[in-house]
Amino acid sequence: MAVPILQINCITKFFGGLKVLEDVSFDLMPGQRFGLIGPNGAGKTTVFNLLSGVYSVDSGSVILANQDITNLPIRKRIGLGLSRSFQNIRLMPHLSVLENVMMGQHCQANRITEMIKPIGWTKNNRWRQRALETIKDAGLEVDLDSTVSELPYGVRKKIEVVRALMSKPSVLMLDEPAAGLNPQETIELAGFLRGISDSNVTLLLVEHDMNFIHAICEKVVVLNFGLKIFEGTPKEVNRNKAVLEAYLGTSAMESSGVT
Amino acid sequence: MMGGYVEGIIAILCINLIFAYGIYLTAASGQLNLGGAGFQAIGAYVAGVCSNYFELPIVFSVLGGILGAGLIGFLISFPVLRTRGVYMVLATFAFALVISGIILNSEFLGGATGMVVPAYAPVEVLIFSTFIIILIVFWLMASRVGLAMRAVHDDDVVSEIMGVNVKGIQVFSFTLGGALAGLSGALYAHHYSFIEAQYFNAVLSIFVLLFVLIGGTQTAWGPLFGASFFTLVPEILRLGDTEWRYVIFGILIVLMMIFRPQGVVTRTFVHRASKIFYRTAER
Repeated sequence: MAVPILQINCITKFFGGLKVLEDVSFDLMPGQRFGLIGPNGAGKTTVFNLLSGVYSVDSGSVILANQDITNLPIRKRIGLGLSRSFQNIRLMPHLSVLENVMMGQHCQANRITEMIKPIGWTKNNRWRQRALETIKDAGLEVDLDSTVSELPYGVRKKIEVVRALMSKPSVLMLDEPAAGLNPQETIELAGFLRGISDSNVTLLLVEHDMNFIHAICEKVVVLNFGLKIFEGTPKEVNRNKAVLEAYLGTSAMESSGVT
Repeated sequence: MMGGYVEGIIAILCINLIFAYGIYLTAASGQLNLGGAGFQAIGAYVAGVCSNYFELPIVFSVLGGILGAGLIGFLISFPVLRTRGVYMVLATFAFALVISGIILNSEFLGGATGMVVPAYAPVEVLIFSTFIIILIVFWLMASRVGLAMRAVHDDDVVSEIMGVNVKGIQVFSFTLGGALAGLSGALYAHHYSFIEAQYFNAVLSIFVLLFVLIGGTQTAWGPLFGASFFTLVPEILRLGDTEWRYVIFGILIVLMMIFRPQGVVTRTFVHRASKIFYRTAER
């Protein structure tokens, strides 16, 4: 029996008096492609923020590769293999494309000599080479010196995925990676993500596009009002009554004759 | 030898450049320091005391000024970094007023009558120091530390998620910024041989922050442009109509703020300029 790479045990989160997540648990196996879905306000992004440490967990625990990271400082998590992107793109607006991508490698620069080396002056340093390789693999065709705030939405979305990959994560969490992409770009992204997962990176995706989820994910967890209402394969999710109720509402289901 | 007038301008340009780089380092990581004059005063007075009371050679008194201002910068960075935005501006501003108040009320430091600094630093020392500091700041900004500073400026939460020690970077830039402002003060003290608290006033703090903000905080070229512009343009305007020169200067500043709100020298500007430079060099 393989050991899960990420274990989420009964996590609960309050915002004031509002319970936004209640006893949510699920395990991610190494190399698995995992989808986290649910209606708006279900608590999907809150799960990401709890895992990356932006919010603190009120109760429950998070175990990454057998290490309890529940209360680990935010900046230590990426070094242990947890990397993420954001629903509303959060690239550094005044940095160039290449500089943004190179920020993703920051956790690997452990020595002081690596921190003070003038990487901006030399073209063939290893940091830059690896950034260029990953950008090429991701099929990102863009002027690397352009400022990110000047670029179209879809391109910025892709840069965020590339930046998240630069830390060589074991678990890659992507918050709506396909949002704002055209159908062709979505297909390319799905292929790229499957390739990443083949190299034993575990994917945790929050996504609204069910076709995208079907194309990629092996397993899906559905959240509704902070509760886990379903865990299973993408095929099963379409037939699950609780999930349909959550998305469509009880009255809509009754009037359409679904029982 | 240089003429006295030109030498005077070069000296003040050097002092302003080092001072501007001190404030730039904090601004580059997203913090506005309106207490520049306070740090410069600490550097000047520590150097002054070392030279006047202990008769140390210039190298050591200047080093004392750097360390003194750097240490104070390190210590006050912790309370100051708990504040944000306009509150940080006010906190640093209040710090400069406190320093000025302490000097004015201290007999040891000469109070309102000022202090004589015996050891003299010629303009060549100022030029050499400025050159070294510019080189160090350019180096720093091309490194991962500089990249992390700029990332923190743009988004501190994401920087932290990327593994940046945000607090560490902010304390570092505040400390090093304070030390550079202290160096500019120490050089001022040794070049002019006399210091008084009234010189290190609120207007000076405002001006040096303007050097940096109008020059641009995205690259190390910003303060180079800002400090040079603010030091040299009023002198150039002196050649023309002297009565209106500050009006013209003021209008120029307002125009730059309207048309280049991010600062005159942005990262994109430097990138395009270097492209044109290399293309011309190849021909």
